[in-house]
This record gives sequence, C-alpha cells and structure tokens, in this order.
Amino acid sequence: MTGRGPGTIIGFPHKRTSIFFLSCVSASISGDTGVIHVLESEADLEWPLSKGPNPPYMVLLESSLFTKSIMMKMKNASSRVAGVVVVPKTSPPEFSPHTTCPNENTGVYTETYDHNLAHCNTTVWNPRGNGLSYEEFDFPVFSLKEDNETEVIKQCYFDHNRVVNGSGLQYPLCAMQLFSHMHAVTDTATCMRRSSMDFSTSPVMVCDPLGGYNVCAFIRPYNSTAFGHKENESVVIAAARLDSKAFFLEDSTGAEGSVSGFVTLLAAAQALCEATQEAPRTRNILFAFFHGEVFDYIGSSRMVYDMKNNMFVIDLDNVHSILEIGQVAVRSGTNLFLHSDPVSRRNNTVHDEVTNLVKNLQSSTAGLNFSFVETDFSQPLPPSSFQRFLRARAIPGIVLADHQTDFNNRYYESFYDNAAHLNLTYPSNLSPEEQLEFVTDTAKSLTEVATAVARTLFKQAGGNNSQVNKINADPKTVTQMLYGFLVRSNNSWFQVLGSSLRCVFCLSEPNPPQYYVGVAKSSHQANALTYLVQYLLANLTGTATNLTQSQCKKPDELPNESTYLYSYLWVQGMVPPNSTQRESFCVRTAVRLVKAVSPAFDLGDYVSKEYSTWTKSQWKFIKARIFLVASRDLEMLTLGVGVAVLFTSLLVTYFVSTKADVLFSSVREPNNAAY
Amino acid sequence: MTASVFFGCTFIAFGPAIALFLFTIARDPLRVIFLIAGAFFWLCSLLLSSLVWFITVQISNKESSSQQKGLLIFGVVLSVLLQETCRFGYYKLLKKANEGLLMLSAEETMPISIRQLAYVSGLGFGFMSGAFSMVNILADSVGPGTIGIHGDSQHYFLSSAFMTMAIILLHMFWGVVFFDSCEKQHWWSLAVVVISHLLVSCLTFQNPQYVGSLVPTYIIVFLVGLWAFFCSGGSLRNLKLCLTCKDKDFLLANHRPR
Repeated sequence: MTGRGPGTIIGFPHKRTSIFFLSCVSASISGDTGVIHVLESEADLEWPLSKGPNPPYMVLLESSLFTKSIMMKMKNASSRVAGVVVVPKTSPPEFSPHTTCPNENTGVYTETYDHNLAHCNTTVWNPRGNGLSYEEFDFPVFSLKEDNETEVIKQCYFDHNRVVNGSGLQYPLCAMQLFSHMHAVTDTATCMRRSSMDFSTSPVMVCDPLGGYNVCAFIRPYNSTAFGHKENESVVIAAARLDSKAFFLEDSTGAEGSVSGFVTLLAAAQALCEATQEAPRTRNILFAFFHGEVFDYIGSSRMVYDMKNNMFVIDLDNVHSILEIGQVAVRSGTNLFLHSDPVSRRNNTVHDEVTNLVKNLQSSTAGLNFSFVETDFSQPLPPSSFQRFLRARAIPGIVLADHQTDFNNRYYESFYDNAAHLNLTYPSNLSPEEQLEFVTDTAKSLTEVATAVARTLFKQAGGNNSQVNKINADPKTVTQMLYGFLVRSNNSWFQVLGSSLRCVFCLSEPNPPQYYVGVAKSSHQANALTYLVQYLLANLTGTATNLTQSQCKKPDELPNESTYLYSYLWVQGMVPPNSTQRESFCVRTAVRLVKAVSPAFDLGDYVSKEYSTWTKSQWKFIKARIFLVASRDLEMLTLGVGVAVLFTSLLVTYFVSTKADVLFSSVREPNNAAY
Repeated sequence: MTASVFFGCTFIAFGPAIALFLFTIARDPLRVIFLIAGAFFWLCSLLLSSLVWFITVQISNKESSSQQKGLLIFGVVLSVLLQETCRFGYYKLLKKANEGLLMLSAEETMPISIRQLAYVSGLGFGFMSGAFSMVNILADSVGPGTIGIHGDSQHYFLSSAFMTMAIILLHMFWGVVFFDSCEKQHWWSLAVVVISHLLVSCLTFQNPQYVGSLVPTYIIVFLVGLWAFFCSGGSLRNLKLCLTCKDKDFLLANHRPR
C-alpha cells in the first residue's frame, strides 16, 4: 500500500500548555484494527461516533471532509475510532493546519520586547489556521494516495459494510489494521533523557532532533577556517526559507510558503553575480537559505548562535542589514509589501538605515510592472528568519511579502500549497521537456521580483547606480526552477546541474522533493532539497573550471585554487548530441552547507524556551492491511464448543478408562489378561 | 480471528486426544514411549510422501491447473498408502520388540499387550497427523481477521478443527482394527481399513462444501469406532452393564485371578 503516516513530533514546553504534540501519538504496538467506514458527509459521522453497532471504526475520508470540526469530533470519541485514513483529492477553498500565530514563542515579539505586539495581538498572520497539526490524537492518521489499492478498500466497504435502509449488518465485516507505533512519549526532554540513559555499545535512540543544513554563499568569499569578527567588513544578508510542512509531513509542498521565496532569491543571486564580475563593492552580500524555519527557526537561530559564539566566518557586528524574501507569489494586486519592525526603528540609526533600504527597494522597481509599498508603521514583522537576528541585535531589515496584513496564502503549511495554488498551468499538448522551458505567468512575476531584489542588493552593497539597470533576472531560469521544484524534479535541467555522486540526489522519482526538514543525520548527509539548492546556487553563481575529476577533489595542489575560499563541486553536465557520455565539469563556487541543528541540543537544554527543541519519534515500520472480521458471537461460539468438546471428552474418557475392565472383557485370553 | 477462536479450535481438534492421553497413557511410561514411536513412524511416512510430492511438483507443468489437481489427488492417495505401510511396518517392529522384551523381563507376562500397543500406536499416529493438519491453521487464527475477503467461507477454522478431531479418532480406531486383523490374519479387514482411510481423505476434496465432507466423515468415525470397540473385546452386554451401573456385581461374580 502506498500509504504514509505522520511521524510523531514532540516539542518544547509551551507557555499555555505544558507539552505539545504533533499528529498521532499513542498508536498501539500491535496495530489498531477497526471496521472500515467510508465517510460520505459530515452527517454520516453519526454512524461511527454513536449509532454504529460494531465499534471501533476505521474512518476513511476524502480531503474535503478532513476539517478541524470532524477531526475534533472523532478525537472526542476516541474509544469508537480506531484510526483515520485520508485520501487527498480536490482542494477545499482554504485549509491550514498550522497555528494562527506561527512560531509565536521563538520570534522576537515576546512580552519583554513589546507587550502589545506579542502573541499576534495586532495582526493575526494565519487567521485560517486551525492548529490541527498540533493536536494529539489517540489513533493513527494515515494518508493514502488515490490509486488501485484505495479502490480495493472502498470496494471491500461497499461489498460488506454498507448499511441498507437501516437494517442490520451481516458479518463478516471488512476491517483495516494500521501499524504506526511511535517509540517516543511525552515530550522532548523525556525522550532525550531516555535515549541518553542507554549505556550499551549501540544505544537505542527513541527520538532524533530535527535539523538539516543551511545553504550559504558570499559574493566575495572569506577564508572558511577563520571564524569570528572580520575587521572593516560589512555584510548585507539576503535570506529566504527552504522548508515547509504539512499535516502529513512527507506530503509537504510549500509552493507559496517557501518555494516562491527561495526561487526568487536564487534568480536574484544569478542576476547579481552576472553583473558584478567587474566592479568591487563596499559591502559583501551573503545569500542565506535557512532550513528548519517552520519548526521554530532552527536554521536561523543556529546561525545567530554561531555568530554570537564566534563559530561562523562573520559575527553580528559585521551584519549591516537584512533583506528577507517571504511569500511573494500570490499577489492580490500589483503591489508587494515591505514589512519592518517598529520596535527597533525607534532607534534613529536603525530607522535611517531602514528608510534607506526602502528607498533602494522602491527605486529598483522602475520599469517593472509592480511597486513596493510600505506597511503600516505599527504593524510587527510577519514570521520570518529576520526575527531571530533582531532577538540578538537591533539590525535594520525588511521582509518582502505579497500580503499587507494577514497571509494571502489560504493553504499555509498544508499539502494543498502546491503548483495549482500558484496557478502554474501549462498548455496540455506540451511534453515534459517543453513544459520545462515554457515561461508561465507566475514565473514572469517572480522574475520581476527577483530583478528588483537583485538591483536593491547591488545598491545596498554600494554599487554604481549607472550599472543598475543592466541587472535583470532570467525568466527562463525562474520557470525552470518552478517546474523542477513543484512539478517534476527528474527533468533534464536539474540532471545537468546535479551531482552524479550523491545518490540521495539521484532523483529517480518524478515527484517534487520533500520540503520537510527531516531529522539531522549524524553522517554528513543532507536531504534532496538541500543538495538541489546547493548545486543550483553553485551553478548560477559560480564559475566552471577546466579541472579534471581528481583535481576537483583535491584542488589545493593547484596554484590558483583554494579550498579555504571556495568549494569545488563535480557537476554532471550535458549529454552532447553525438554521444551518450555526459560532459561533466568542475564548478568553483563560494556556496557552503552550514549545519542547522538547534543550539538547544548542543547545550543539552531540552526544555529551552529560547531555541527550538523539536524532535521526531523513531518508528519501526508503517503499514496497513485489510481483512474481514467475524462477529464476536461466532468467536465465542467457537470457544464454547471447544470447551464443551474438551469437557465431554474428559468425562467420557474417565468413564471408559475406569470401566475398561468391564467394557473390554468379552474376549478372554487365558494367559495374558493384563490390561 | 482472535485468541478465543484459537483456543476454541485447539480444544475441538485436540480435546479427545488430550483426554485420552491424560487418562490412559500419561501414567505409564512404556505407553508414552510407544506413543512417541508411533508418532515418529507417521512422520516417516510423511517424509517419504512429501519427498515424492516435491519431486513430482518440480517436474510438472506449474501452469496447468488440471495437472496440478491430478497431482494433488495422486499425492493424497500415495500419502494414505504410505501411512498404512508404515503402520504395518510398526506392527512388525512391535512384534519383534515384544519377543525381545519378554526375554529380558523378569516377569512371565508381557508388560504391555498387543491390543494396548494397537491403541497407543494408533493414537500416536493420530497426534502427529493432527498436529501437522492443524498447527499452521491455529497459528493463523490468532490474528485479528478471518477468512473471506476473497469470497471463501468463514467457517474454515471450525471445519478444519472438526476434521482434525475426526482424523485423530479415526487413526486410533484404525490402529486397533489393523493390529487385530494382522494378529488374526484377516486380510480383508485390513483392506477395509485402507479403503476407509482413502475414502475419508478423498472426501476432503469436497471442501469448501464442508457439510459434504464432515458429515460422511463422522458417519465413518462412528462405524469404525464401533468396529474397533468390538475388536477390542467390547460387546453390547458389557456396555449395558456399565451404563446401568451393574458392573460391580459382574466383576465380583466373575472374579478371576489376574
């Protein structure tokens, strides 16, 4: 069965509740069995919850019925519900299983920073959020793709379980069993303590911290072994978020939530690097793609922590300003909005810098089809990585977004936030390769945003104003990236730019990569999304060299190359028309992967209120099966008959054996009468 | 299905056998040994017949279902014949062993009579045959589901348990009749035993019409049981005496030195 179950994720102590969980927790170790019931409408819920005579039920519902009210009704009747299976079909008009105020405790707006702005008092960013991802369920919740096996399940239900005119159901009934036992319990502190108490040579971990790698690239790279403050260096950080999540973690798509942002930044990086080959600038630019931001800013909190503790190549004093690209693809007009932090702007220097940045941004849209508008001064920042930097220091910065107050994204952090949500439509008669090249309207609008961002960064970094209009993002790159990240990853462009060595990056499946940050592995393996972004950024901003493969692995031996400043990646390359071998080459790039695991795990503080403490439970296997179940009466009858047979035979045998002399005595054998 | 079905089917299938073992065999170590030896002989016959089965299946055409069905019938018939052959072999062995035991023992009489050996060996055959028939089915019955998702009858577990009980009882009765016939050189009754064994095995080809196979089988159990009862020294008079509780008077009146 191609089903997926969510992994339990357990978090840190929350202010209002002492612990909180994500999705299912207490699934039984021997599986949960229930009679299948296909839910047809909300009124039909009466049957499994109260009227049905054969609890517990395994409820199968389509995505349009996967709402908070139905799930909460089933949660309240947990004794009668053995599990829920969701079959994703059409998108509802809006659905967001995230909370209404994302990351409210780890952003900058705490009670001490500004009482009025904390806990989304002024602006509720995600008003459609129903918090379903953060509910604790006593039964497993699975998602099954709509294919032949789902049809088999529905057919079994229609054959055996369908109620006709209120008449009684005939046993045997069709039932389903779900296995998704999660090893971890309670909260992060408990499960990490349990894992650490195992002193055997191969300790059994029951939960793993979430994390991954941030992708970072300086325009002018520094020596990567020299950490700490750099004298006279001023850096502008251009940031975007990589990850997103959904109720079913492996189904996360994050088109508007994360892809729109980082694709724009990648295109801006390409535009800027093409233009800045010649002129050195006063300030350096850092392109930072943070991972794990959905789970309380894992990536950005790590970078700030590293900067504060001299574990990164620059520190917070070197940071001049920050420009972050948030959700930018779903516009409600022609404007994009510039969000800034009102509290830090009370300081005049910060205010002046922010005003300067806004001026640069607004002048960059000359000749483009949109404009930047500042939001209301009293409104706080939306959830963004920039907030973590502000928590450490009052740095001037702006967050770009397509929403003025609350999100335009109706499917924030849900599995409906996909290509269709961004209106990525291709004419039907195109082959996959032609679709890759087709420039959609979404791509065109994101290209313009990328152009504006690139020009702004150029001006922020002190570039010559006369050169600015030569900076333009490439719409072909943008549309190819959107296609690769949202429709099909296994396309020729990604294969050309990709690595042949990393098997996790083999992209054998055509589906888009998983946007969920995943577990921080102890080996130096990142997930597919990280490698894709790394190799894309390397190809778009680096230079191709003539090095051979062995030289690419050890470039220090060559006079002009240095692994302190650059990293060297072996790229697959194209297949020339007359041969079958790929022409691979070595790219010299300033892109680096920086570890992004929450500082709480390094500090051993599993109840930290400062940093993210999200962990993911381990599990053995996830599977489901269907079969028929017999009525309880038949089972009891079998047992009764068995016991009766046993007693009867004991009695009869006792009787016969005591009377054996008499019963078997008619044939007298004179010599041997021993019995 | 669940634990209740597991225990129910176990008790149905092995109830009589357990009762017989507890009350008649468990106290006498010699009987236990001969029981186990009997089980072992049945196992030998199974090994031989499964070897032949395995080879013929490998060289046959796996696609043709009629050939596979024919092969199944052939396998069943061969297995029955091999079981009876092993029973005969066991009989011969026991005869030889009895003479040896008599020579070794200090007493004048044999510690165990041929009739008791017949009963014990039959029960041994029955135990082993029942185990091989039933254990896999019992293991599957512990799970939460039951048969039927592909349209089969859900009474599979119950009918297998009843069939196994019948087979165990039958093996015991056949043992008694077989040894008795061999003692008295009544070869025709030996043939009847073999034929009834073949008949019962071939009745199972009627499954999944469980009624069609179980009812005739139980009729045969009853008939062979009666026959074994008469062979081993029972009579209607004795039965009536026991049932009306006049047996004590009978014993006192007909007391013989043992």
